[in-house]
Amino acid sequence: MTNDSSPPLLEVRGISKQFSGVQALDNVSLTLSRGEVLAVVGENGAGKSTLMRIVAGVTQPTSGSIIVDGTPAEFPSVAQALKQGIALIHQELNLADNLSVAANIFLGREPLRFGTIDQRRIDQESQTFIDMVGLDVPPQTIVGTLPIGKQQLVEIAKALSTNARILIMDEPTSSLSERETQKLFDVVRGLRSRGVSVLYISHRLHEIEELADRVVVLRDGKYSGELPRDDIQRANIVRLMVGRDVSRFYQRTPHEPGDIIATANDLRTTKFPHRTVSFELRAGEIVGLAGLVGAGRSELLTTLFGVTPAVNGTLAVGTLHRPPRTVREAVAAGIMLAPEDRRRAGLFLPMSVKRNLSLASLRRDQRHGFLNHAAENRVSAEMVALMRIKTATDRQVVRYLSGGNQQKVVLGKWLCLEPKLLLLDEPTRGIDVGSKEEIYKLMDQLAARGVAILFASSELEEIIGLSDRVLVMHEGRITGELDRAAITEESVMQLATGGADRRERIGA
Amino acid sequence: MTSDAKQPAVVEATGARRAFSPQGVKIWGIFGLLVAICLFTAISNHRFLRFGNIENLVHRTALIGILSVGAAFVIITGGIDLSIGSLVCLVGVLLPYLLVEHSWPVPLALVAVLGLSVAIGIAHGLLITKMRLQPFVVTLCGLLLYRGIARGLTGDQSQGFGVGFKSLRAIATSKLPIFGSQPGVFHLPATALILIVIAVVAAIFLNKTIYGRYLLALGNNPEAAKYSGINVDRTTIMAYVVCSTLAGIGGMLYVLDVNAAQPSDFGNFYELYAIAAAVLGGCSLRGGEGSITGVVIGAAVMVVLKNTINLVFPQYENMEFAIIGGVILIGVIVDELARRFVTARREAARQNKTNPPG
Repeated sequence: MTNDSSPPLLEVRGISKQFSGVQALDNVSLTLSRGEVLAVVGENGAGKSTLMRIVAGVTQPTSGSIIVDGTPAEFPSVAQALKQGIALIHQELNLADNLSVAANIFLGREPLRFGTIDQRRIDQESQTFIDMVGLDVPPQTIVGTLPIGKQQLVEIAKALSTNARILIMDEPTSSLSERETQKLFDVVRGLRSRGVSVLYISHRLHEIEELADRVVVLRDGKYSGELPRDDIQRANIVRLMVGRDVSRFYQRTPHEPGDIIATANDLRTTKFPHRTVSFELRAGEIVGLAGLVGAGRSELLTTLFGVTPAVNGTLAVGTLHRPPRTVREAVAAGIMLAPEDRRRAGLFLPMSVKRNLSLASLRRDQRHGFLNHAAENRVSAEMVALMRIKTATDRQVVRYLSGGNQQKVVLGKWLCLEPKLLLLDEPTRGIDVGSKEEIYKLMDQLAARGVAILFASSELEEIIGLSDRVLVMHEGRITGELDRAAITEESVMQLATGGADRRERIGA
Repeated sequence: MTSDAKQPAVVEATGARRAFSPQGVKIWGIFGLLVAICLFTAISNHRFLRFGNIENLVHRTALIGILSVGAAFVIITGGIDLSIGSLVCLVGVLLPYLLVEHSWPVPLALVAVLGLSVAIGIAHGLLITKMRLQPFVVTLCGLLLYRGIARGLTGDQSQGFGVGFKSLRAIATSKLPIFGSQPGVFHLPATALILIVIAVVAAIFLNKTIYGRYLLALGNNPEAAKYSGINVDRTTIMAYVVCSTLAGIGGMLYVLDVNAAQPSDFGNFYELYAIAAAVLGGCSLRGGEGSITGVVIGAAVMVVLKNTINLVFPQYENMEFAIIGGVILIGVIVDELARRFVTARREAARQNKTNPPG
């Protein structure tokens, strides 16, 4: 495939990157050959995205160098990287929804005729790139009217039109259906045969098994190892990702689920008012909530928590016999949520660990409306100890804590009120491996004490590793329910992409 | 990160440490500014230190201070109230109007104007929370509405108490002989006592009650406050009610003090004095931050600055606004630079601790 004497197309040598004292990347090196699909994998926070942003000129490394075609290159800007043929396809697409496919492809580089945009030429020339990515729409189509999968292809066509030799794709399939994903893979394979190289970032290990020529694994900002084509198997990748055996990573102590403590019947959320959701949760049960981005998982959780009241339907939890209308009602019934975006909705960044931890229990501990400082100090000290929050003092401002410790603060705020039903939305997003393991252990301990846990996660590993039962959502409703024995990546993905349309119970 | 425990603590201050917290530094900074202006004026013109002048300064500070404490509550939520001056006008005009023109009994008139202030605060709060209108827009409309009503109601005629209502006016005009009743010693204006009571209650509310904590939390991050079970709407409405009520009390005291109110200019720009005092005193317009002590000192700075212009630069009296604006601007620039300097030093200290040189 590659000639040993010629230099690789791209070489990344000893890249390190620090953000305000946090080592995001530590001496990472990799090479990319012509016409190679190189998958870069690692957990959230492993440094993949940072590395890709450096290669694409979005951010600058603290140290290390990038070599393109054997000559050292510096990318002080995205424009410089583009000139060298390196294009980044963002996780969130960067398209102008209100413009046509052709206009998007030539955005910022419009050919002119008598000082005005030469529309004919744009349409004609863009057709070449539209064909190249197998997009079956006319160039004049407005991008906003296309489904997300096709928008992605427009983004790739746009990159190709700048003569990109290296495409960086950051989680390109995160919001695609199975069919759209297969289509994208065909396009990537086509590009490979034309000699275009692809740096492919994904969490979905089966995609990598299917597509990648080679895999580089990052862990905690460091190079953890790589696998050639023949060794690309889930088990091998996961071992490099977590640095230990997966089965030990997701430790569960087996226990019998208790009584039903939450029953939802025909619940309708404001986001999907025409879909109903029904389920039961038992004490001591950990239930995973799986689904693609936009499937309605977060909306379901915020509805159960009273943030966005339900349109109608019933919910019975403890003393509550209807869906909560306010967060306070939910909390009074023992329903508590650690939200997906914890910096936005879970934390008060300029406030101390203590004030964050005690906020929810101030009302319980009040003395006729006055703060009870003794109780506040006790709650804070107990939760710092229980959650093992790493901080010099609980007067430390939470902004300066790591993602893992911040999440523990969010959880601690609720645990001191002893929840009956704990809702977790992406509980380990952006968290280092050590904290992840602690949060998994904590979930297990809480379940053992009889707390029902409903957690949404986009990481299938996590869903599979932790859940006693999985509810899979697709377009606002629950498309299936899987018992522990039936939970596999395939069964979850099939339900998540709407593969099985009616609700069915699979497994034992 | 496991190195968290080794990082220098960036801590929120409590107890004795509060003086050295960012907030504490701000209060000392504004206090220093006040002392500096006082010293300069005292040296430049000996009349500054006369008891009559000082009594007057304390009295004016008390009146502005009452409005500023109210403004601070709204600013802490991340909002703004531009209608303070117009509400001062409406209440200031209504009180003599009801008492003199319509011969209402005193208690009824007082309850009416105070009730009106509370109702206006509730209306602002409801429009901002339930209708989700922007505080700036709602209170800007209030600014226009209340002055317009005051002028229309009275046919734009000045409203006053004439020679009556001496005992009622004494609330705002009397001076308490705390150092003995002989002339020539310092008498404490009664308004100062009112400000002290209001400020102490406000400070206790803000720092010692769960609702004060909720107010700071929601100003800091309204979304997270909602997700923590705090009734964000009710707490926000409460802040606007406090602001309008204090504006109403301020309006009553102003008109009792000067005896007559001209609807077209009574209370003009007072909302801006109040907001400026709150900002000088350490409130961030982003919300979530503020101290009552700082706000009262901020009000004093505004008042003394005006006095300085009168006593030391009488030739520039017409430039009063420009001078006050300039001083405030310099104050916030210095504050911002100091904050950046402290942050940069902290950041450097963190870097050094995490990566020991060599």
